[in-house]
Amino acid sequence: MGRTTSQLLASILVNAVYAMKNYPAILVSTVLSPLSFLVLITFASGGSLFADAIEGGLIMTMFNSGTALQSDLTHLKNDFRIQDMVVGSPTRAGVYVAGMTISELIYSSPAIVILAVLFYFFIHASPLQVAVIVAVMGLMFLSSVALGFLLATISSDIIQSYAFTRLLSMLFSTIPPVYYPITYIPLPWRYLAYLSPTTYASEIAQNAAGLIKQPETSIELAWIVLILVTVAFTVLSLTKARWREK
Amino acid sequence: MKASGELVCSDLTKVYGGRRRALSSVSLAVPTHGIFTLIGRNGAGKTTLTRILATLLEPTSGTAEIDGLDVMADAKMLRERIAVVPQEGRTVAWMTPVETVTAYMLWRGYGYGESKKKAAEALARVGIEKYATTLNRLLSGGIKRKVLVAMVLASEADIIFLDEPSTGLDPVSRRELWSVLIELGRERFVFLTTHYLEEAEHVSDRIGILEAGRLLSMGTLDELRREMRFGYSLVLPRGDPGPASFAGEKYTRRDGRTQLLTTEDEALATTRRLVDQGLQFSLNPVTLDDIFNYVLARGKSKGEDS
Repeated sequence: MGRTTSQLLASILVNAVYAMKNYPAILVSTVLSPLSFLVLITFASGGSLFADAIEGGLIMTMFNSGTALQSDLTHLKNDFRIQDMVVGSPTRAGVYVAGMTISELIYSSPAIVILAVLFYFFIHASPLQVAVIVAVMGLMFLSSVALGFLLATISSDIIQSYAFTRLLSMLFSTIPPVYYPITYIPLPWRYLAYLSPTTYASEIAQNAAGLIKQPETSIELAWIVLILVTVAFTVLSLTKARWREK
Repeated sequence: MKASGELVCSDLTKVYGGRRRALSSVSLAVPTHGIFTLIGRNGAGKTTLTRILATLLEPTSGTAEIDGLDVMADAKMLRERIAVVPQEGRTVAWMTPVETVTAYMLWRGYGYGESKKKAAEALARVGIEKYATTLNRLLSGGIKRKVLVAMVLASEADIIFLDEPSTGLDPVSRRELWSVLIELGRERFVFLTTHYLEEAEHVSDRIGILEAGRLLSMGTLDELRREMRFGYSLVLPRGDPGPASFAGEKYTRRDGRTQLLTTEDEALATTRRLVDQGLQFSLNPVTLDDIFNYVLARGKSKGEDS
C-alpha cells in the first residue's frame, strides 16, 4: 500500500467506514432522505413521475454528499481537533480533502446503490444516456464538494455548519425541480429555479433519459452553466481555504 | 530517530487580526531532547507558541527553527518529524482506541497492517489495551487522553507537541499520564504546555514561564531557583509573624501562616530559633509555585517601570 493510499484510507475510515460500522443506524438514515422524496413524489403524481424522482434522488444524493463534506470537515476540525493532528503530520491538504471527499461517496453508497438499481430496472437508458447522467452527477458532486469545502473554512462551529448544510440542501435540492420536470413550475417562478445549478443538472438528466424534450441550445446552455459553477466554486475554495491558519 | 539539536525562536511575534497581541518578540533556545514545559496563566500565549512551532499557525513576524528546520519554509520536512496533540484534542466518539490510533498511523503513511500492529503496541504501552475495542464515547476522560498520547507514541515522530494534555483529569489519571510523559521524554523531545505547576515540576527537564505573550524566564528547575534572590521557603508556626527585618520576602498564606522566602543563612538562623522554642515549621527549597509567582511579580513590576 502506497503512502498516499494509506492517507486516503485514513480519511475514509474515520469519516465513513468506522461510523457506519459502529453506528449501523447511519446506513438507514443515509437511504431514507432521498427515498422519502422519491416515494412522496411518486404517490403525489400517481406514479407518472417515478422515473423523474429516481433521477432526482440520484442528483440530490450526489449534491448532498458534497455539502455534507463541509459539516464533517468542520466537526472533525473544531470539535475533535483532528485536522490539527493531520496538519502536523506528513499528510498534505489535498490528500486529506480527497480522502474526505471519497468518504462522503462511501457514506452515500447505500442510497446510490438502491437508486442505481431502480434506475436500471425502471429507466431503460442507453449506455450514452447513462454516461451523460453519470457526468452530470459527477459535476454536481464536484461543485457541491467545492462549495462544502469553501463553507468549512468559514464555518466556526458545528451549529453554524449544520445550518449551512440544511440551507444548501433546501436551496439546491429540495426547492428546485429536481424530482419533477421544471415545466411543473408556473412561468414567473420558473426563472427563480434557474438560480440553482441542480435545476440545470436535472434538466440535462431528464432530457438524456427522454423524460422531457428540451431544445438543444437549452441543454448546451445547461452544460455551460454547470461547468462554470463547478469551476467557480473550485477556484473560490482553493483561493480561500487554508491548511495552516493565518 | 532521536532528536538532537535545538529549538530556536527569534523575536517570534503573533498579532491576531491586527489587534490582539498573543506573542511579543519571544526568543528562546532549548535543546531538542527531554521535556520542555511552557507554563503560564490562561491567555499567556502558550497555545499560540505551540501552534506556530507545530506548523499549524503562521507567525506575524520573527522566525522559529527546530533542529535547523524553519517552521515556515521547511514545514513539509518538519511535519515528517513532529506529532501534535492540540489543546482540546478529543477522541472521535464513533471510533474505538485501536481504530483511532490506526487511522492516525495511516495518516502518517504506514500501511494498514503495520498501523494496526503499532496501534495495539502503543495502547499496551500506555496500559489501556483492555479498552482497545470499546467506543471512545464510553471511556473515561483519563483513558481518552491516554488514547491521544498513544497516537503520538505509536508514531515515528521524534518531536512531540502536547498542549495541556492533562487539563480536566482527576489527580490519579494525571499522575498516570505523567509516567507516560516521562517515558516519552526519555526517547524523544516533548514540548509540553500546562498550567499545573506541580506537573511541570514533576516531569520537566526545562521550564519556560510565559506571561502576556512574553517569555519571562527559562531554564532547568535549579537554574530557575538560582535566578531567585531567595532559595528557601520557610513556613512559620501559626501566629508567628516572623522577624520584623530580614533578608527576604514575607507573605501571608491562605491558611493564615506566614511564609518567608529567604536566604540559606537567614533560614538557618530563624529555624534555629524555632527549634529552640520547640515550635513546628517547614523549610524547603523554593517550589516552582514560588518561582512562578516571583517571576510574574518581577515581570509585572518591570512592565510598570517601562
